[in-house]
Amino acid sequence: MPELVRNGVRIDDSFAEAFPMSGTGILITGPNVKWARQAAQTMTGFATSVIGCGCEAGIDYEVPPEETPDGRPGVRALLFAMSSKDAEKQLVNRLGQCVLTCPGSAVYSTVPGEFEIKVGDAVRQFGDKWQMSKVVEGRRYWRVPVMDGEFFCEGKVGLTKKSVGGGNLLVMGADWDSTMRATEAGVAAVQSVRDAIAPFPGGIVRSGSKVGSKYKGMGASTNDAYCPTLRGVTKSALDEDIGCVLEIVIDGLTDAAVSAAMRAGLKAIIDMGPEQGAKRIGAGNYGGKLGPFHYHLKELLP
Amino acid sequence: MKPFTLKLRQEPPQRVDLSVLTPDRLAGLSPAQIEKIDIGVTKFSTKVGDIFEISPGDLKNLRYEGGSSRFDLIGAKLLPEFSIHVDGDVGAQLGRLAYGGRITVTGSAGAYAASGNLGAEIEISGDAGDFLAAPLAGELSGMAGGRVIIRGSVGSRAGDRLRRGVIVIEGSAAEDLGSRVIAGTIVVLGATQGRVGYLNKRGTLILAQCKDFGPTYLDCGAHHLTYIGLLGRSLESASANAARLLSRKLRRYGGDTSVYGKGEILTPLRG
Repeated sequence: MPELVRNGVRIDDSFAEAFPMSGTGILITGPNVKWARQAAQTMTGFATSVIGCGCEAGIDYEVPPEETPDGRPGVRALLFAMSSKDAEKQLVNRLGQCVLTCPGSAVYSTVPGEFEIKVGDAVRQFGDKWQMSKVVEGRRYWRVPVMDGEFFCEGKVGLTKKSVGGGNLLVMGADWDSTMRATEAGVAAVQSVRDAIAPFPGGIVRSGSKVGSKYKGMGASTNDAYCPTLRGVTKSALDEDIGCVLEIVIDGLTDAAVSAAMRAGLKAIIDMGPEQGAKRIGAGNYGGKLGPFHYHLKELLP
Repeated sequence: MKPFTLKLRQEPPQRVDLSVLTPDRLAGLSPAQIEKIDIGVTKFSTKVGDIFEISPGDLKNLRYEGGSSRFDLIGAKLLPEFSIHVDGDVGAQLGRLAYGGRITVTGSAGAYAASGNLGAEIEISGDAGDFLAAPLAGELSGMAGGRVIIRGSVGSRAGDRLRRGVIVIEGSAAEDLGSRVIAGTIVVLGATQGRVGYLNKRGTLILAQCKDFGPTYLDCGAHHLTYIGLLGRSLESASANAARLLSRKLRRYGGDTSVYGKGEILTPLRG
């Protein structure tokens, strides 16, 4: 594989292969940052991969009180699923179980999408006919009486089918510590990009998968080509100086957000250099036939 | 581009129906044709040209230079994205059944201003007469959307049968404010007279001055409500005093329990 080198870090001539997803975003506000963040964290928990969680979700960014509709601190959370139906089901469930229940929370739509998901219009029934609807500046909200006052929730939130899921970077280093250092820097850069999230734990996944398995009925299994402990015994993709691989997976509301996030992540990892951080950066794909979005690393280099 | 202007020549000899003079209905007509439109409401004819001097311009913005309390139905059924400005007073039924757009009046309005408003933003710098935003006789509901800001005071039965939308009254309100309210929000910064929120079903009345609301409104304690915060921020540019009232902790009186009882009167704590 012909290699590019930037600041001593080898860059694979490869690309990340990504898929269209249905994406939505909500703004959760609370009486203070702690409780706004708590609601968003709870709602986006157990949402690393659509395969087992039904959706992929994460916190996008914090919104200062001056910029939220109700003047309270807020957190913007994004949620992605394979279909708009899945996205609706997941969002309504998570809103009902994680945000409605969280003290002090309120919910607003933030994505002007082509479609709308009824959220407040579903959660309102918790109010047992004590709920009140209010329209302010053309947007409908529901006030649901709860034990700490009122849960305030927008009736509908936007949903876009132009979202992209599966942008990724494979960060390869000499050992766990240096690879983690580089990957953490990459995640921090990815998280600074708006409209994009890294849904895995701390933004990082260590169990990258390949399609298929030796077992019947398993759709995916460990990506042995990138497992350092199998380097000698399998058809490995790893060089001799690689002892650890970590992956950053990126979902974004738009194609542009995913490529901006990958670009930011790449730059942060390259800037750290091979001594402190990663020796090589790659990207995962399925040969380019499955997903319509291809993010070539060489086009995203700083 | 300068607005389409109707300059007052003389006070009309009779009440006039100006519902025909909205941007969408004037589109495509020449000034000569417009001058011939009959706007009288009696057997005597009064034409646009008798009352107004027309200077053509951008029809999206219609401007009346000079008003009269005989100008009825200005901006009736106004469509979104159009605006009408009146330098002076207007008569009854300003913005009646307006779908959207913006109407500003520098003087005062007669009865039934914003009657059945469906989505227009209406601002009156002076006072408004009785039955602000109310339905006409026989209609089931009053204003069903949009926003009305009155800088002065209003007559009786303001917000009667309000269904949706926000009414802000910076002055005082006469008898029976918010009677038979179905839903929606009314803010009053001045005093209120007599009964308030009589037979209110699900509406929100926010009053700067607390008083006795009668036995059918029940105290539900003082709260900081998220909705009130949101409404306050949305009113910051339109009415700074209303926004200030809405930033306070408000006591909630639930009612009117003589009917559906899901409505409320919110008012600052006494003292």
